[in-house]
Amino acid sequence: MEAANSPTISETRKTPLNALHRRLGAKMVNFGGWDMPVEYPSTGGLVAEHKAVRGSVGLFDVSHMGDIRIHSGRALGGALAAVQHISMNDASRLALGQAQYSAMLYPQGTFVDDVIVHRLGEDDFLLVINAGTREKDINWVRQNTKGFACAVEDLSDAYTQLAIQGPRAAEVLQKLTDADLAPIKNYWFTHGTVCGLKNILIARTGYTGEDGFEIYVPSDAATSAQVWAKVMEAGREFGILPCGLGARNTLRLEAKMALYEHEISDNINVWEAGLDRYCKMEKGDFIGRAALEREKSAGVKRTLVGLEMVERGIARDGYCCCNEKGETIGVVTSGSPSPTLCKNIALAYVPPGMSAIGTPVYVEIRSQKAKAQVVPTPFYKRARKAGPQAVATSTAKTV
Amino acid sequence: MAYPQNYRYTNQHEWVDTKGDVATIGITDYAQHELGDVVFVELPKPGTKVTAGKSFGNVESVKAVSEIYAPVSGEVTEVNGDLHNTPETINTDPHNAAWLIKVRLANPADVKSLMDAAAYEAFIADKGKEASA
Repeated sequence: MEAANSPTISETRKTPLNALHRRLGAKMVNFGGWDMPVEYPSTGGLVAEHKAVRGSVGLFDVSHMGDIRIHSGRALGGALAAVQHISMNDASRLALGQAQYSAMLYPQGTFVDDVIVHRLGEDDFLLVINAGTREKDINWVRQNTKGFACAVEDLSDAYTQLAIQGPRAAEVLQKLTDADLAPIKNYWFTHGTVCGLKNILIARTGYTGEDGFEIYVPSDAATSAQVWAKVMEAGREFGILPCGLGARNTLRLEAKMALYEHEISDNINVWEAGLDRYCKMEKGDFIGRAALEREKSAGVKRTLVGLEMVERGIARDGYCCCNEKGETIGVVTSGSPSPTLCKNIALAYVPPGMSAIGTPVYVEIRSQKAKAQVVPTPFYKRARKAGPQAVATSTAKTV
Repeated sequence: MAYPQNYRYTNQHEWVDTKGDVATIGITDYAQHELGDVVFVELPKPGTKVTAGKSFGNVESVKAVSEIYAPVSGEVTEVNGDLHNTPETINTDPHNAAWLIKVRLANPADVKSLMDAAAYEAFIADKGKEASA
């Protein structure tokens, strides 16, 4: 009762599907201020969820992600210029209906957040941002687009965002929509009727390293629960599982996708994170560009590498990395057993001189040093199918 | 899963099965549920002294590392080496096949201060209420 009087206590936020997750018996955790399902033990738990996505299909509630729309007022061009100014990839290259991985940077070339930029219209963009950085991002966008003829809208609470991921995702979603999903390429999107709801954004994006879609439906609890139930029903023949943040993390780690405050943060720059190919220095000025120019000629002092444990032990986030002499040389940013590879893998920052494939790195696990080695990344890359018929045939039951 | 009547339990979710002056120690079904899929176990070597209330090893799920606390003090006489290769036994048979270590009791009276099965079941039922409150 006393807590109610304290202005410092902030309540954890809930997505419109929170009650449903609890009914399913999900184990809930606080993630970036959100009360989110980490796994659903009653349907098999984290490893089963991970394997469902790699082998067939899984459904994630990712409504905690934020959404910022930047569009022009009367004068065309203001929104594109604003997006170009605040993000490092080249949004001018996007066709209508196309999306790109990008990031917003601080003037020193480090990360405000990584984002997916969708081009909704000629001068109309949707930026999908991380949950834990929502307020910071929105303030940042508002602050840094003031000089541009554009409108900034926070649509974060307007959508329930569902991720349908896995080699069978297209088949599942196709049952529920009139939009033809087959021609939608990776990182493209369309609008269509989904579960009877008109004009739903359907994007072939995800955070799993697998084929899949993210759909943005109205955020009222009843509609959200209805769409969730219909996706689960449509996926039943493929052994679809509800998936939590635990599997989302192991899936994205295998695919070497960055997580904010881990691989990227306000003190890691683009070159260190190895995200060069999403940073278009030649597109013209943007926030962070001048610093990145300087950093490029100075050279990086640390670089992100993949590690695989050679000796027994699991490298975890924050563990120290040492060289053969026992000197601390770096730190693990994410580490976990890999359910797909059945190996213990990690991402770590090490000096460039220790980044060659095969270099031994020792991870300090509870005061003991366990040997690991630098391996190629991503740890997992899905096989590119030759055509729509060549989809993986395994299902959740067989893996 | 039933909690064996002849075991004693701690509020850190370890169990103890005492035969003479040797205590077999494991983690409870409640604990394995909380952990999720167990993928790694780190246990002390035979001959190691463990102290009641102090950590003697770790159990890791995909997601997290959890310390295991010694319910009693004594010297480790035997370690369940099978768990190195099949840590998932902790999920499937926590009260029997997935015992962790055997300890020669330094002070057999240690066991008396632990909860019996009924008290432990009441304890975890209370925790369930807390979680849903």
